[in-house]
Amino acid sequence: MPIHTVELSVFIFFFLLVTVVGFFASRWRRADLNHLDEWGVGGRSFGTLITWFLIGGDLYTAYTVIAVPALVFGAGAMGFFALAYTILIYPLGFLILPRLWAVSRKHGYVTAADFVRGRYGSHWLALAVAMTGILATMPYIALQLIGMNVVLAQMGLKGDWPLLVAFLILALYTYSSGLRAPALIALVKDAMIYVMVIVVVVYIPYRLGGYSHIFAAAGPLLAAKHPPGTLVLPKAAYSAYSSLALGSALALFMYPHSVTAVLAAKSGDAIRRNQVLLPAYSLLLGLIALMGLMALVAGLHPATANMAIPLLIEWALPPWFAGFCFAAIAIGALVPAAIMSIAAANLFTRSFYREYFRKDATPQQESRVAKLVSLVVKLGALAFIIFLPQQYAINLQLFGGAWILQTFPAIVFGLWRRRFHHIALLAGWAAGMIASTGMELSLHLKGSTYPLHFFGQVYPAYSACYALALNLFVTIVLTLILDAAGVQRHLDATSDDDYEDRIESSISGNPEPITAEF
Amino acid sequence: MANSNRPRGLHPRELLLLIPVIALVFPSFYARRDPMLLGFPFFYWYQFAWVLGGAVLTGVVFLLRRREHR
Repeated sequence: MPIHTVELSVFIFFFLLVTVVGFFASRWRRADLNHLDEWGVGGRSFGTLITWFLIGGDLYTAYTVIAVPALVFGAGAMGFFALAYTILIYPLGFLILPRLWAVSRKHGYVTAADFVRGRYGSHWLALAVAMTGILATMPYIALQLIGMNVVLAQMGLKGDWPLLVAFLILALYTYSSGLRAPALIALVKDAMIYVMVIVVVVYIPYRLGGYSHIFAAAGPLLAAKHPPGTLVLPKAAYSAYSSLALGSALALFMYPHSVTAVLAAKSGDAIRRNQVLLPAYSLLLGLIALMGLMALVAGLHPATANMAIPLLIEWALPPWFAGFCFAAIAIGALVPAAIMSIAAANLFTRSFYREYFRKDATPQQESRVAKLVSLVVKLGALAFIIFLPQQYAINLQLFGGAWILQTFPAIVFGLWRRRFHHIALLAGWAAGMIASTGMELSLHLKGSTYPLHFFGQVYPAYSACYALALNLFVTIVLTLILDAAGVQRHLDATSDDDYEDRIESSISGNPEPITAEF
Repeated sequence: MANSNRPRGLHPRELLLLIPVIALVFPSFYARRDPMLLGFPFFYWYQFAWVLGGAVLTGVVFLLRRREHR
């Protein structure tokens, strides 16, 4: 494929623009970036608007823009579970996240594992949560690279070096600016994605004869596929659809990068307001998903389903605007990749370095370790893409979603009551991890819907949900046994009042100083 | 553990947040083609409508909470 000069020039212009923004970010809301609270969670200073961009940047990534429509392109209605999923996350987040924020601010926690450590007093349980977080995050970063790779390939750039350059730049400004870099770049990214989507969902359907025609034509085209897709969800897929939507929604806020974005907010109400406003993105996501049907009706034949959207954009739009769209998608990879690597670095610093190597680490030492680890994490993800087939990253991501959901009982239930025994939670986590891994392996990594046979009936559903059910069962039963046997619990560093935040207006202006103690 | 008289479960108004969950976890209810709206099969526009519905319900809970704390 020849190099597309116009597209590439526009692409490079925007890419350089965000690079400048990324380095400039270290001067924005100036503070001591040698402090983990500043580097790792932006000083917990972001208001409603910045939090909106940051969480939005987390959820709507390059891979989303590429993979969700690709799924719809391949299977039709089934791929639309992504919309149901994004509708479910905000009401759930409204319940859960302000409590996590409040207790974390009070005690200086920067990760969910920090919270678990304080709540249950068990460093083993915190280690399990931290390990799961890092394990699930690595392939997720790799997926962002794949998303970027797809648009680079569409512009005619082959080989690994463009990716290498892009990630080197990303690594450097994340290192110097911390969470401020993706927060600021997310502003640019979102503006670009919005422009792209508005143009695409108006102009392409106009060229294809309107939405009525797209839906009418897509039905037969989906049915002709091997295996056939459908325009409306078939009965056999109901349980898979709803369990994928619900399981993914519950898993989302357990991901370290979501926690990082949430903890960077300056008040509980900034988070709540965001749960009201973020659905504006869901609308976008639904429309982006429909691009899969558009590519189908346009009669495009991409080499892989992941190429469907770049191909559609190039087919329908002038080169300069295609370049703009590709830049938007690539920048859409940088923002979450930066937040993810920061989140993984925070986890490592708190739950490994400070816990096992240097109990009395100063905030400066913590920040230095976190910066280095963020580099290592990104290099790891890059090596992943360059040395292993891409399919591995996608498969590991499937595992990742199921794994991260196994930290749900320890984190979420702990935000209300400390009913569960820490040893029971650890055992439940282990059971859930083993079960979800076993189910994925038995499916030969072909998908994440596991057909459970139960009294002669088959119930296909997201393996993560089955594993979570087992996890909860083990946790509850063992808690009863351990408490009955009088096995000692550790001290709880938090108290009930720590989970409630005050109304914003009563705080006014200057936030109180952050206490960085456990 | 410190004791407090604060109620520790979900607040009654927070039950409103479970409505979108119920509306979406049973596809048997909305996996159909008709009635169409502006060319969109029911399956699609129903879910788009719940994007708005979810936001409105969450907004209502937010405002109710604020009013109580005033």
